[in-house]
Amino acid sequence: MATLKIRNLRKGFDAIEIIKGVDLDINDREFVVFVGPSGCGKSTLLRLIAGLEDVTGGTIELDGRDITEVSPAKRDLAMVFQTYALYPHMTVRKNMSFALDLAGIAKSEVEKKVDEAARILELGHLLERKPRQLSGGQRQRVAIGRAIVRNPKIFLFDEPLSNLDAALRVQMRLELARLHQELQATMIYVTHDQVEAMTLATKVVVLNGGRIEQVGSPLDLYHHPANLFVAGFLGTPKMGFLKAKVIHTSAQATEIELASGPRLRLPRDGRSLVVGHEVTLGIRPEHLVIDPQGQLPVITDVTERLGSDTYCHMNTPSDEPLTVRVPGDFFCAYGERLKLGVDVSHCHLFDEHGQAVSHALQQAA
Amino acid sequence: MLTLKQSRRLQSVVLGALAWTVALILFFPIFWMILTSFKTEIDAFATPPQLIFHPTLENYLHIQERSDYFHFAWNSVAIAFGSTIIGMLLAVPAAYSMAFHETRLTKQTLLWMLSTKMLPAVGVLMPIYLMTKSLGLLDTKLSLIIIYTLINLPIMVWMVYTYFKDIPKDILEAARLDGATTVQEIVRVLLPISKGGLASTVLLSLILCWNEAFWSLNLTSSSAAPLTALIASYSSPEGLFWAKLSAVSTLACAPILIFGWISQKQLVRGLSFGAVK
Repeated sequence: MATLKIRNLRKGFDAIEIIKGVDLDINDREFVVFVGPSGCGKSTLLRLIAGLEDVTGGTIELDGRDITEVSPAKRDLAMVFQTYALYPHMTVRKNMSFALDLAGIAKSEVEKKVDEAARILELGHLLERKPRQLSGGQRQRVAIGRAIVRNPKIFLFDEPLSNLDAALRVQMRLELARLHQELQATMIYVTHDQVEAMTLATKVVVLNGGRIEQVGSPLDLYHHPANLFVAGFLGTPKMGFLKAKVIHTSAQATEIELASGPRLRLPRDGRSLVVGHEVTLGIRPEHLVIDPQGQLPVITDVTERLGSDTYCHMNTPSDEPLTVRVPGDFFCAYGERLKLGVDVSHCHLFDEHGQAVSHALQQAA
Repeated sequence: MLTLKQSRRLQSVVLGALAWTVALILFFPIFWMILTSFKTEIDAFATPPQLIFHPTLENYLHIQERSDYFHFAWNSVAIAFGSTIIGMLLAVPAAYSMAFHETRLTKQTLLWMLSTKMLPAVGVLMPIYLMTKSLGLLDTKLSLIIIYTLINLPIMVWMVYTYFKDIPKDILEAARLDGATTVQEIVRVLLPISKGGLASTVLLSLILCWNEAFWSLNLTSSSAAPLTALIASYSSPEGLFWAKLSAVSTLACAPILIFGWISQKQLVRGLSFGAVK
């Protein structure tokens, strides 16, 4: 069992506040991913949990015990660093057994645990090597192995894959997901890569400017972003945003007029909106179709062909960018004038403060 | 016109010649000293200087008759190692805290420490002499050990600090999360990683202590006098005896020269450690 409770956590360096009051609950066996742009405080939050930074305010509780002031050595957490942080003067075996040796565990027991971790990570043939004789991916595995042997309450990962090349990153991502299944452990993972967040997490925590923007399952966040930031951060290619004005509102529908002219009627509970105020319409690439009968006139920009899919980048007459996902064999010529059909039931509407306007149906139910 | 390849080769020849010239100029006094130590006093004084002569060991025999070389050598060894060990015991924790737990005052502290090296030693001769005297430490090895430690400490802290600065903080943080106490973190992770840099700091401190003459001449007379004092005793008022002076200088330099030569690989690696990375 490992549960983590964070209450009103704050961290400032000199006068600058990095973490501005974070509340978060992490349950046993969850794979929690902290994601956000650089400088959002995600690494600092992880380091506060690890005890590598002193908190300025608030509390951290691990399994009901207040660990806010406990030294990192006594928190029973293991961390995998972006730079791997292996001990360069020790062999792989020594690297992995270091924590157990310090804890005074019997040699035979240590050996058993190291061999078991080496088996899981397929490191058996590298145990007598020094870190400098290993490739990046192997080093990362050793760093993970060092965490596994300790059987910690929580695994902490600080951007563990960002120093690996693209192919290896995908492979290690799968291995980490498998590892989480196999170990049934609680894991906290920091990344700026939203693909890692979407694919690994059972719970995603989106951070921005030292605050939590939204917490939820990956698909929940993808389909129901709470605000413009989350909507724009998750998903590749990014969600397209179009400026619009509120024309008419009711509990069942909201009618808006886009800056480029067309009017749309969305199944949204518009009662919180004010007629005439500005709103933002968000549309993901998969919810647009090229349709001669469509409501939205656009001019095509560049086209990215990925094989399975093609992404056509377009601009509206008011010069707002939109991306459309079309089948892989489709091609849009540059500068073509087209019309797009909008799947209004899957559109997102954000009020003037950037907060999502809820679904009409959800409200009714 | 030279081709690129030719001009590169020319460049390396010129640089090589330059390096050899500098090295020979630096080595010449030592070479001449060793040569002179095997001459008779008359040969040593001859003009023009003689390159070909009958070598003799009489200077060395004379020195061994007049003074107990090993007494002075032991003092040098004890003082140099004593001071270096104490210096390292102080410099490592100081550099650790400055390199890995930096505060706003760290940079100023380092500069202030170094600034003490800018003071001419003779400026504090009187107070230090009087303090040493009232503590009853005149002509003791302890007084020189303490003073050398204090003199060299700024350089040692700076050097160790520079090596520590090159070590990624993550490695120590990993050790901390692995359950290491601060002492275990330093002894089991930090020191083994930085042993090249520490070795060159030790070597530099040994050399500085070995060669120090100002304080050893002023604070010792016989029982604690190191080799530098022995050399000075041969430049006596009854006239200079070049051959004997050279012989005693050779004897004084030899141990540290040999020691330095054996460990030069380590020293060069240590000194360029920060630059390469």
